[in-house]
Amino acid sequence: MTALLSVQGLRKAYPGVVANDDVSFTVGKGEVHALLGENGAGKSTLVKMVYGLVKPDEGQMIFNDGAYTPGSPHEARSTGIAMVFQHFSLFEALDVAENVALGMENPPPMRELAASIREVSETYGLPLDPSRLVGDLSAGERQRVEIIRCLLQDPKLLIMDEPTSVLTPQEVDILFETLRKLQAEGTSILYISHKLEEIRALCDGATILRLGKVVGSCDPREKSARELAEMMVGTELKSPAATRHELGDVALTLKNLSVNSSNPFGTSLKNVSFDVREGEVLGIGGVAGNGQDELLGALSGELKSVSDAVQLGGKPIGHLGPNQRRQLGVLAAPEERLGHAAAPDMSLVENAALSAWVRMGMVRNGFIDWAMARNFAEKVIDDYDVRTPGSANAARALSGGNLQKFVIGREILQKPNILIVNQPTWGVDASAAAAIRQAILDLAAGGAAVVCISQDLDELMEISNRFAALNEGRLSEPRPAQGLTIDEIGLMMGGAHGMEVAHIHEEEGAS
Amino acid sequence: MIRLEKRPTPSQTWAYLTPLVAVVATMIAGGILFAFLDKDPVVAIRTIFWDPIFGEFAFYYRGQLLVKAGPLILIAIGLSLGFKAGIWNIGAEGQYIMGAIFGAAVGLAFYPMEARWLIFPLMILAGAFGGFLWAMIPGILKTRFNTNEILVSLLLVYVAESILASMSLGLLRNPEGAGFPGSRNLRQYESAANNELIAGWGMHWGVVAAFIAVIFAYILLSRHIMGFNIRLTGESPRAARFAGVNPNRLILFCLGLSGALAGLAGMFEVAGPAGQISIDFNVGYGFTAIIVAFLGRLHPIGILLAGMLMALTYIGGEAAQASLGLPAAAIQAFQGMLLFFLLAFDVLTNFRVRFGREAAV
Repeated sequence: MTALLSVQGLRKAYPGVVANDDVSFTVGKGEVHALLGENGAGKSTLVKMVYGLVKPDEGQMIFNDGAYTPGSPHEARSTGIAMVFQHFSLFEALDVAENVALGMENPPPMRELAASIREVSETYGLPLDPSRLVGDLSAGERQRVEIIRCLLQDPKLLIMDEPTSVLTPQEVDILFETLRKLQAEGTSILYISHKLEEIRALCDGATILRLGKVVGSCDPREKSARELAEMMVGTELKSPAATRHELGDVALTLKNLSVNSSNPFGTSLKNVSFDVREGEVLGIGGVAGNGQDELLGALSGELKSVSDAVQLGGKPIGHLGPNQRRQLGVLAAPEERLGHAAAPDMSLVENAALSAWVRMGMVRNGFIDWAMARNFAEKVIDDYDVRTPGSANAARALSGGNLQKFVIGREILQKPNILIVNQPTWGVDASAAAAIRQAILDLAAGGAAVVCISQDLDELMEISNRFAALNEGRLSEPRPAQGLTIDEIGLMMGGAHGMEVAHIHEEEGAS
Repeated sequence: MIRLEKRPTPSQTWAYLTPLVAVVATMIAGGILFAFLDKDPVVAIRTIFWDPIFGEFAFYYRGQLLVKAGPLILIAIGLSLGFKAGIWNIGAEGQYIMGAIFGAAVGLAFYPMEARWLIFPLMILAGAFGGFLWAMIPGILKTRFNTNEILVSLLLVYVAESILASMSLGLLRNPEGAGFPGSRNLRQYESAANNELIAGWGMHWGVVAAFIAVIFAYILLSRHIMGFNIRLTGESPRAARFAGVNPNRLILFCLGLSGALAGLAGMFEVAGPAGQISIDFNVGYGFTAIIVAFLGRLHPIGILLAGMLMALTYIGGEAAQASLGLPAAAIQAFQGMLLFFLLAFDVLTNFRVRFGREAAV
């Protein structure tokens, strides 16, 4: 295989951190090449340099046998490199064709553009109607818009940054079909992910990054997922060990919970019902934006509901606010660490007091006992191995994984009866993620009920007793996690969004 | 080429340094302004900043310093609490007027009965209540109908000014004043007067209240859960909601408290330095206090110092008007410049200035 892109000795340093150091790798023509690494390993910086968003301090790149020094993404695109970002840049109020036109240098007339969008979407098996409003599309469909936008440029190299994080398993299959078709036509793909099974299924070669350096390269099809993970992390991985224990009484019940989202672009919850027993972990999956934030809010008390809709051991608590629920032992750890679970510019001591003052008795007669808050913060830091110079540091100075450990530790150390977590290991490196999952399992083993909302299906299968999925604000019937197949999970999550629209409409018509 | 580079964490040094840099920059720019008005800039700056404290007539001006600083600090302390939480009460001037009207009205209602132990405390309560009430209007409208408190509170200033005019011409007019607008002089009414506590110091009950407010705000912000909630809401409204803060209650608390403090300032002013309700009773303390709050970094001690500095520009400005013939508007421009430079130099707290060729971003 001849080389299409060859990267040699790239280095990029930011104040205080070397993001990439002496990174070299080669992507062959028609190769699907994986960039594998934990969060913070330097994958994003690396592809930003390839895409012309970031200029390297040292090193060179060779594209198609010529020197390649992109000064801007525009230059990268005209050279034949396209990129699909993890976060989409689409206008919700415009339709698909208009969004595609906005990304083009010289857009053709709308009618022609719509025709070519249709053609590309049929050729590559990416069903998409050019006249639909982007605001009405699912995350998977939005990603198709981005992909088609790239494909219309006829790229030689397509960069994809964590493309499957927003997809259902069925949608992942569709995406992989497309990528294989592209590969067969000779397009190279640079595929960034930390999901090992995907990489083993799709990629021909892999470069593994750790702390900004290349630590190895391999053919992922010849390695086990475990071997890959250990190369990525650099140490042996310990899988969380679930202890077998008896489940207790029903601790938390949701009965036909319906709440409106406080966010105009949010998803309202519709008739959500489930119950969780003491010692049980209920895993709630679903593609992002299907009501996860709202469910957490309704459980934490940030969103109030009819009092009967949320019951704690039979006692209605739907009308109570966050602090009243904390008093009853219902604690929560939201997804967004900075700005929701913690205040970015406040110290860890203040952030410890933020959610713990009620339950830990840090406030007497309205006055905060800061010594007590400091002790608690330091206990969280010690017990949960939060790496920080001290408790006086601002929350935003911590890395994502460390702050997440702090947030989870802060809630668990308050000895909750019920813990609700949303995306507990999002953006967290593998060893920290394992530690967090273990902490959640230990909490459940101690008799607490845990509701774990996550988009990481592997995680949910690993720690949940039962599994349910959120789809457009509705929750599927919870089922025992053991023995669930990936197909069943996918269907619970709503199947392939957009592909089954017609089918669903038929069903509704029939009933 | 000059570029700004975001700092990983805000610079502590610059946070304290910017007010000083802003003051120096204002002096320079003000000097240029005065030079264009054909005044010697050095003399003008000296007249404003030096002479009131150390000059020939300092014995008179020094007392004035506290008289001016008192209401500025009292109002600014209240405003700073709201500003910290992202609640923008811009209408302290109106609340100041309403406090004065309520306080004076209670005092005048008892005239000529002498019972200072009853009347003066009642006036204090009435003054605080008047300001509180006026601030509750934007507060309730915001919590009920999500109106913008900046606009509502600001526009209510003009309503308050109209009420003030109508009061001094009508209801509160001195019946023995030969038809001139304005109320009886409260300073001549023993039970209602807010006179100097120590002759020549300018210290009256309003200044005492300002100092108490500084201490109160300091303790509230550093130790009390309410102060924590205020800071948290300003830092991150969503985290505040997660922490169980009720945003509406916080809005009403901050607006109500800042209104009450502005009302107190108005009451102490009308019973003391001003003496009577008159059409031109208000002189812009409520607006200048906004500058004081920001100049003091929304920190109680900072506000104390900033209030003194602003009082100095008031007094020095008046002196410069008298001795150099500087127009009053020049002094207002001078005060405005101070806020402008402060906000401009604030960039340095969060950004680093880099000179030279653009490096890879």
